[in-house]
Amino acid sequence: MFARFLPRRAPSVLPGFGPALGFALAYLSIIVLMPLAALVLRPAELGFSGFIAVVTQPRVLAALRLSFGASLIATSVNAVFGLIVAWVLVRYNFPGKRIVDALVDLPFALPTAVAGVALTALYAPNGWIGRILHPLGIEVAFTPIGVVVALVFIGLPFVVRTVQPVLQDLDREVEEAAASLGASRWQTIVRVILPAILPALLTGFALALARGVGEYGSVIFIAGNMPLVSEIAPLLIVIKLEQYDYAGAAAVGVAMLSISFVMLLVLNLLQRWHRGR
Amino acid sequence: MAAETKAPASGPAPASAAAIDEPAWVRRLLIAVGLVFIGLFLVLPLVAVFVEALSNGIGAYLAALRPPDALAAIRLTLLVAAIAVPCNLIFGVVAAWAIAKFEFTGRSLLITFIDLPFSVSPVISGLVYVLLFGAHGWFGPWLVANNVQIIFAVPGIVLATIFVTFPFVARELIPLMQEQGTEEEEAALSLGANGWQTFWRVTLPNIKWGLLYGVLLSNARAMGEFGAVSVVSGHIRGLTNTMPLHVEILYNEYNFVGAFAVASLLALLALVTLVLKSLLEWRFGHELAASRH
Repeated sequence: MFARFLPRRAPSVLPGFGPALGFALAYLSIIVLMPLAALVLRPAELGFSGFIAVVTQPRVLAALRLSFGASLIATSVNAVFGLIVAWVLVRYNFPGKRIVDALVDLPFALPTAVAGVALTALYAPNGWIGRILHPLGIEVAFTPIGVVVALVFIGLPFVVRTVQPVLQDLDREVEEAAASLGASRWQTIVRVILPAILPALLTGFALALARGVGEYGSVIFIAGNMPLVSEIAPLLIVIKLEQYDYAGAAAVGVAMLSISFVMLLVLNLLQRWHRGR
Repeated sequence: MAAETKAPASGPAPASAAAIDEPAWVRRLLIAVGLVFIGLFLVLPLVAVFVEALSNGIGAYLAALRPPDALAAIRLTLLVAAIAVPCNLIFGVVAAWAIAKFEFTGRSLLITFIDLPFSVSPVISGLVYVLLFGAHGWFGPWLVANNVQIIFAVPGIVLATIFVTFPFVARELIPLMQEQGTEEEEAALSLGANGWQTFWRVTLPNIKWGLLYGVLLSNARAMGEFGAVSVVSGHIRGLTNTMPLHVEILYNEYNFVGAFAVASLLALLALVTLVLKSLLEWRFGHELAASRH
């Protein structure tokens, strides 16, 4: 009778809650929250119209378009090939599988500047890959395609590592049921497996997309950084900072974060809609 | 077997192993596509680093690592990681203790805040400290008046590194400690142990592999961070250049052997990190957080 009036769980007997939470909040505020507040508040000195004027400069718009567009293309490439890699790693056996599995995390571990110089060396007109593509008229290094290549490198593990565990936990009996009910293998994959892993794929897509939009180190070497053509938004922040245009740099940063936030929100809603069906 | 791969088009058929497997040629094709993709985008860049670094022979390689600027960059990278990683280690353990072992309102909001640095561009991670401590930043005039330099100096590099590695330990420990619950700690306390004894003898042994995992990842990021550090460093050779920044400077000076020699050290660090991480996952996978995201 009285049980419902008692707290759901007895208060913990463990010590140290107050000091632990206090320290965590203080550290979080100093390292993360206060600096981010400075970022959000700084463009205020420009005023609203000043903020709009900064983020609609042709050079800023071009940079934002490149950062988001290239990331979208690279993430789409990764959604397809990352899914294949995850599938192969979970379902099939082949020699060296464990090494390939470990290698997938390389972009997490390899410093972005190292990836940048290595990719540039490969795709420059005299590089191992550039040498093949150059005669065909395909220029990768120092063009927007180079930006996409770098972002494919950076984004791959996000897709593989979010899809892989879901694929692993997938109950094979459902596939057997589908097959025994007369579904072809292709129908089973499209109607049974794909819907089951779609939420994870969307999560991986969102993570890779967000990372790609903000990526700097691996991109600036291979991009060529031509204003209006192959100049990414994070580089524009660096350039504005070098000119001591703090408010302008912060405005570009806020614009990037806002667009990212809206994109992630849309992906989140998509996921909810998918789950609710 | 091959004859069985085609299930009858109509009517329930007995589910055979072949009916839920792809034909052999599809399997081989998918494996080939996956491997070629990994080879092209992951392995080839890694190989290129070492080939370029050794392109003029081992002597030139070793010589490229010996200039004082290169040594200073290596020292600074080690110093920054040696400060940033322990800071976030302590924060991660303390925050995970509060979040995983107690229930309070605002807990999930706190977790979201802890994850924030991962969703911020590295350049913005550096920018925020310039906005605070730069010459025209919030605290800039005060810092100048008191002769304290943070931006374009080592403290700024350390702060930016702490920011980008902020979530690693905490996000590894929070789900792990949540899975483990509080029974063991409660038992220790009821047997007369005090809070510290309980933490050192019960909690810490339970989370040590997860802790190591988090430290490994944050160390790799701390030593390799480029964007955030680049914004706050000022690129003063021999003083505020970390290894990744030194790679950039040498590369822009067309000193490719030098750039790739320093880059190869960072690539080795990445490989060692991957090997240790895989070992931890294979050997102690059950003692790491199962619900890591």
